[in-house]
Amino acid sequence: MSQQDALFTYTLRQADDLLILSHRLSEWCGHGPVLEEDIALTNRALDHIGEARNLYTYAGQVEGKGRDEDALAYLRNERQFVNTKLVEQPNGDYAHTIVRSFLFDAYHLPLAEALTKSADAQLAAIAAKAVKEAQYHVKHSSDWLIRFGDGTEESHRRAQEALDNLWTYSGDLFVMDAVHQDFVKAGIAPDLTKIKAAFDATVDRVLAEATLKRPADGFMATGGRQGKHSEHLGFILAEMQYLQRAYPGAEW
Amino acid sequence: MTDVKNLEELFQSKIDAEQKIEPKDWMPEKYRKTLIRQISQHAHSEVVGMLPEGNWITRAPNLRRKAILLAKVQDEAGHGLYLYSACETLGVSREQTIDDLLSGKAKYSSIFNYPTLSWADIGAIGWLVDGAAIMNQVMLCRTSYGPYARAMVRICKEESFHQRQGYEIMAVLAKGTPEQKEMAQDALNRWWWPSLMMFGPTDANSPHSAESMKWKIKRQSNDELRQTFIDRTVQQAEVIGLSIPDPDLKWNEATQHYDWGTIDWTEFNNVVAGNGPCNKERLVARNKAHDEGAWVREAALAHAAKKAKRKAA
Amino acid sequence: MSNNPNNWPLWEVFIQSKRGLEHKHVGSLHAADPQMAIENARDVYTRRQEGQSIWVVPAGAISSSQPDDAAMLFDPADDKTYRHPTFYTMPEGAKYI
Repeated sequence: MSQQDALFTYTLRQADDLLILSHRLSEWCGHGPVLEEDIALTNRALDHIGEARNLYTYAGQVEGKGRDEDALAYLRNERQFVNTKLVEQPNGDYAHTIVRSFLFDAYHLPLAEALTKSADAQLAAIAAKAVKEAQYHVKHSSDWLIRFGDGTEESHRRAQEALDNLWTYSGDLFVMDAVHQDFVKAGIAPDLTKIKAAFDATVDRVLAEATLKRPADGFMATGGRQGKHSEHLGFILAEMQYLQRAYPGAEW
Repeated sequence: MTDVKNLEELFQSKIDAEQKIEPKDWMPEKYRKTLIRQISQHAHSEVVGMLPEGNWITRAPNLRRKAILLAKVQDEAGHGLYLYSACETLGVSREQTIDDLLSGKAKYSSIFNYPTLSWADIGAIGWLVDGAAIMNQVMLCRTSYGPYARAMVRICKEESFHQRQGYEIMAVLAKGTPEQKEMAQDALNRWWWPSLMMFGPTDANSPHSAESMKWKIKRQSNDELRQTFIDRTVQQAEVIGLSIPDPDLKWNEATQHYDWGTIDWTEFNNVVAGNGPCNKERLVARNKAHDEGAWVREAALAHAAKKAKRKAA
Repeated sequence: MSNNPNNWPLWEVFIQSKRGLEHKHVGSLHAADPQMAIENARDVYTRRQEGQSIWVVPAGAISSSQPDDAAMLFDPADDKTYRHPTFYTMPEGAKYI
């Protein structure tokens, strides 16, 4: 794989994570548990889609084949998407939504912080903007997880269930394949074992306060980075891409 | 008795002198009731209005449109919230108000009982529905009740991009492929008359209007606002090459306004009575969100109580 | 407003739009605790760069004057015009005063 291909793939991985998570969060818009939280969740969806757009645009430039953000988001199929399996998981109840975001946030913040020092100036610039947003995201999702864990019996049970169900997908965030290894060497991407250490620290701190139990690191359902997804992604894309597919080449 | 009469005179003299009424001021019970009814209906409309548009967030045709629509629907939630807050200054809690919506007792704008069938409907809603709403809202920025007027000022400021993004969608579709243009025209055909109905019954048939005008809750009549809306919108449709679905539409040189056809009030009354295409779906969706959010709201309260207790100990 | 203990309490929100300016009342919202009230205020009232600092106050903690007392409280200031600089006659030609 050329350096250019690798940078393209690496940028796409981050963009896909953010777009798919944003899409999932946007499904809540108008259906949130309380008006204030509906607004808060939409803010997160907007932050994620904003960062995704910057990354897609950059990925398109790196690739150099004239693909813009929409070509990358709307005209690739399931096997070409390289997001983690975590972000494509269905919203479930609000505990599942919060836990999914919490696991992602606990990874995204240290990743963004590390990327601000990337040898690639554009990735560093995009990350610098994302750091502030990611700080708020971690706070938002941890606050809610703590409320659930240390709230009522029901909320505690739901939060623990969500954590147990989603934990297996957290492993996908830390897969270090050849693309990633090369980039660590070149100083473009951070070593994911370091990001994992920061993730663990956040998870342990928050779960302790939430009185929730950290699931064992057993089998991890990975494969997203290679385009081997759960069945959910196909449905997301079918819905998301429908207009672009139905009216090829149209402007909107 | 004379006391109340004096108070009413004093109240009316404040209104006539263009002074705002504030929450702690004495006000006729009927003024309070009218405001509660109107503001809560308005709030419900914002919140129910999130549903038909929210439908298309996951299907928006590109990332720019997706972000815009998200931000727009989010604004509606904010507007609902500002209005529920204004309502609370009149002594009814948000929960009471929302319970009335969920039980089907309270009304909201009937326009949101129509379905969004194509992407062009998102354009039509922004252009026509928000356009019609803005007419009303600009007037309400000067309404006599202070908290309502302040909420409306904030809403108008935010709302100004809503109509423009909708018109932009329509403009792009209208000069797109033949299929896209057809989509835009079809949306205009379906949303035109319901948008005109948004201004409410004709002045002759408007039961609350005279009193609301006297109290300066309203400052322009339904028919006046409707006419201004038509005059402006016809021109905008011409610019993008779409046609208004009204064979009777004709410029009247003498009145300097458009003459236009007749609203099908049977349809209007039917939708208001609950027989619109989506009345049931909208209430089911609101009830589902409310019910499924109950444990979330409880958990937050329980945790806050625990934290406060630990802090006190 | 609501006495139902199952409802989130009401908070009044004050936003400072720029350093150096006062915090201004912008509206209210519901939240389970002060921290959440601040975060909700951020999401509800500062989506368009309206603020750089937020205060939240439980609505029940605000005491306010009664409209009936307005005359007693505020009218007595009406005839104290000597509190305003324009009350005084300055000799012609005097500068910087």
